[in-house]
Amino acid sequence: MSDISLDMNKSSRDFQHGDGNTKGEFVTFYDVKTKYGTFMSWLFTTDHKRIGLMYLFTMTGFLLLGLTFAFLMRFEMLTPGETIIDAQTYNSYFTLHGIIMVFLFIIPGIPAVFGNFIMPIQIGAEDVSFPRLNLMSYHLYVLGGLMALGSVVFGGIPVDTGWTFYVPYSLRTGADVVVPLLAAFILGFSSILTGLNFVVTMHRLRVKGMGMFDMPLFSWGLYATAWIQVIATPVIGITIVLVILERVFKFGVFDPNLGGDPVLMQHLFWIYSHPAVYIMILPAFGVMSDVIATFSKRQIYGYKAMAISMMAIVFVGYMVWAHHMFTSGMSDFARAIFSFFTFLVGVPTGVKIFNWVATLWRGSIRITVPMFFALASIFLFSIGGLTGLVLGALATDVHLHDTYFVVGHFHYVILGGILTMFFAAFHYWFPKMFGRMYNQKVSMGGAIMYFIGVNVLYFPMFIMGYNGMPRRYYDYLPEFQIYHQISTVGSWILIAGILIMFINLFYSMFKGREERNPNPWGALTLEWDQAPSPPPLLNFTEEPVFTHGPYDYPDYKPEENKEEAK
Amino acid sequence: MGAVAETHEHDHHGHHDHAGHGYGDNSKLYVHIFRDDLGSKAGMWLFLFTEILLFGGLFFLYFGYRVADPHAFHDAALELNVMLGAVNTIILLTSSLTMVLAIVAIQRNSVKLSLFYLVVTIGCALAFLVNKYFEWSYKIHHGIYPGSEELAMRAKGEITFFGLYYLMTGLHTFHVIVGAIILTVCMVFIMKKHINQDKYIILENSGLYWHLVDLIWIFLFPLFYLLH
Amino acid sequence: MSNHGNTHAEEHHHEEHHGYGFFTAIWIGLIALTALTVAIAGVDMGVYTVPLALLIAGIKAMLVINYFMHIKFDTPLVKWFVIACGVIFAIVVIFLGFDVFIGRAL
Repeated sequence: MSDISLDMNKSSRDFQHGDGNTKGEFVTFYDVKTKYGTFMSWLFTTDHKRIGLMYLFTMTGFLLLGLTFAFLMRFEMLTPGETIIDAQTYNSYFTLHGIIMVFLFIIPGIPAVFGNFIMPIQIGAEDVSFPRLNLMSYHLYVLGGLMALGSVVFGGIPVDTGWTFYVPYSLRTGADVVVPLLAAFILGFSSILTGLNFVVTMHRLRVKGMGMFDMPLFSWGLYATAWIQVIATPVIGITIVLVILERVFKFGVFDPNLGGDPVLMQHLFWIYSHPAVYIMILPAFGVMSDVIATFSKRQIYGYKAMAISMMAIVFVGYMVWAHHMFTSGMSDFARAIFSFFTFLVGVPTGVKIFNWVATLWRGSIRITVPMFFALASIFLFSIGGLTGLVLGALATDVHLHDTYFVVGHFHYVILGGILTMFFAAFHYWFPKMFGRMYNQKVSMGGAIMYFIGVNVLYFPMFIMGYNGMPRRYYDYLPEFQIYHQISTVGSWILIAGILIMFINLFYSMFKGREERNPNPWGALTLEWDQAPSPPPLLNFTEEPVFTHGPYDYPDYKPEENKEEAK
Repeated sequence: MGAVAETHEHDHHGHHDHAGHGYGDNSKLYVHIFRDDLGSKAGMWLFLFTEILLFGGLFFLYFGYRVADPHAFHDAALELNVMLGAVNTIILLTSSLTMVLAIVAIQRNSVKLSLFYLVVTIGCALAFLVNKYFEWSYKIHHGIYPGSEELAMRAKGEITFFGLYYLMTGLHTFHVIVGAIILTVCMVFIMKKHINQDKYIILENSGLYWHLVDLIWIFLFPLFYLLH
Repeated sequence: MSNHGNTHAEEHHHEEHHGYGFFTAIWIGLIALTALTVAIAGVDMGVYTVPLALLIAGIKAMLVINYFMHIKFDTPLVKWFVIACGVIFAIVVIFLGFDVFIGRAL
């Protein structure tokens, strides 16, 4: 370890014990008494656990709304021409689907829910560094969400630019662009505050003895994500402001009629939006490591490489954004550079996938619901990632850009990589968060439907995209219809699987079997090891002590176990 | 465990900001019970990074457009008043000095001196705003503003230059106003002893914000006013 | 480990609170650099005009960041933060330049 110790200058803090009950019982964070009534005690809480849960509920609502738009879009695409909605409506639907899914679900996603709830406990802290900013993050999130929805209800023609709001169309369209963009700006602030909070928390509030390289990889995933949230998000903030001002005041920075360059707008947009996909995936990678280690009962293979590869993804991730712009008119020189680095950024990701597989090897594998999701995710995300390489190569991208191939690619990585791990996280930390257990058979059924649904829905997209079906098109040639129909059926299977799981989980939160064991999975990270389920307000009943690494399982060796089993 | 002596950050030693603590206390939901000045400062720096990248986006645009038409930028820049820009630069640099001196003063428990330096800092901010008002109204009076007919007749590069000029100096001015408000609040806190010799991280963080406002201008000045 | 790091810092940075004179000296340097950059603006240096102006602005920025904002004397944590931000900013400018500058203008 170098002389530069980032753990210097720890703050002092007094550890606050329970409410004085000497019998060892404690009050869970749900039952804390305050001067507020119940509703207000949640609305104005600064408890990271309550904030995480509020995010969970709100976010699920937005996900279901986004799924509704998806369902309607896919239904429309059952036949060429108009099926249930007209072309203008279709444009608004895919725009809103994108805005809701990207800004209101996937980007806040795992960090806002599970990061908030679990990370401070994982590092042995009582809360995050800035609890009031944390609450503000949530309030901004709700405000932004309401604004986005409000613009649909109150604002004339709903926005129809695609979630990427490229100029000049976003400057010219009669649809309401300003309000959804303002909503996105506010949501950006929410994201920035969360990232800022998490970086400082992980540097300053780790329990004594836990260095940065002793943190669980879930926390590392959040740390890497937080850096992107802080540094990249402002760039889309300014882009949004510029588009709004240009639309209203005619500044001339993007509008070609006034001397502007639309390609520069694309640059600014993607300088954030590419790193944004790493905001989406890095927490999922973190969940993957924790889940795989727990359910293989093995030390993560190459822990340090796993942590460093996440920071490498952050770093190289800033060098690839223009692979979204290969056909925009950029210079050849730039295209070559961005293609090269796009391939390069796949290397640390590959390292992670190899290390997960190596962790599984000779592990004592238990196929629980979270583990099923983790294994499914490796498969699904790999498909997404490999098709990303096809898009990263210049020659093939020219053919595939703006076709359904791209749509298939990013849905495989987003659903296959991120939503799958969101469900993994939900099923993994459920007993910790609620002190209950869900019906595992029902969830496993839903999970299998989910897996089948993702493949049936998105795989045909590669084929039709390769054969020329453009994306964001309302109408299409008859030769593509069979693929669209298969996809739509897949969407029904997928949505059914998701609904089954959500119903199971939300029901079990209130009525599920009580889970008295605070560590039903036998994991070794602090939130399992030393915190009750559900935790008290300040997370622990006794001061947490760092005694072993996050994955220090005695490595399972099948030969030895056979001996012991006799 | 416990306090770690740290020589130049005034955190540690387990200060309690509130009387009540723990969750047995019915009067508060959750009490901010510990103090972490270094964490606070680190958080402030992270916030400054967001501001740097926010303006950075505009600088990226400037870079792109200037390279595309350096002659138009050159011609347009000639219309800006170098003297006014230079005076504003000196005003902001001076305000940064007085900001730091306000902190030195509070470190030495010279409360009145600290307040004095803050008044000067805010005064500089106001002077900057006055200058900016004259500069802009002169331009607008001559028909040079976004969306104007006069501007539309110029070369495309000039339209972009002035668009960026108004955007960047405008966003910067907005931050000057916000900074002045923040510093006024600091003055109130000092008078109420909420900021004092033992606890002045709020003043330091506000100072960081103010220096950032100065830093942005340090780059805006040559890029817009000194292009010839 | 962290204790060792602490005493290391203590040896080198005792109560590093500079005084009024020190900061005023920095201010004089900043004013001088401003005068310099205005003066040479009138001189035509062709291709070097902008890089030179940015260089002087950069030196001024370093003075403000290191001394007024105190980074030079702060703990490594915030120093590394600033460096990380600067590096990423520079990377974005360079990569943007691959299209905007090298690709098109040259």
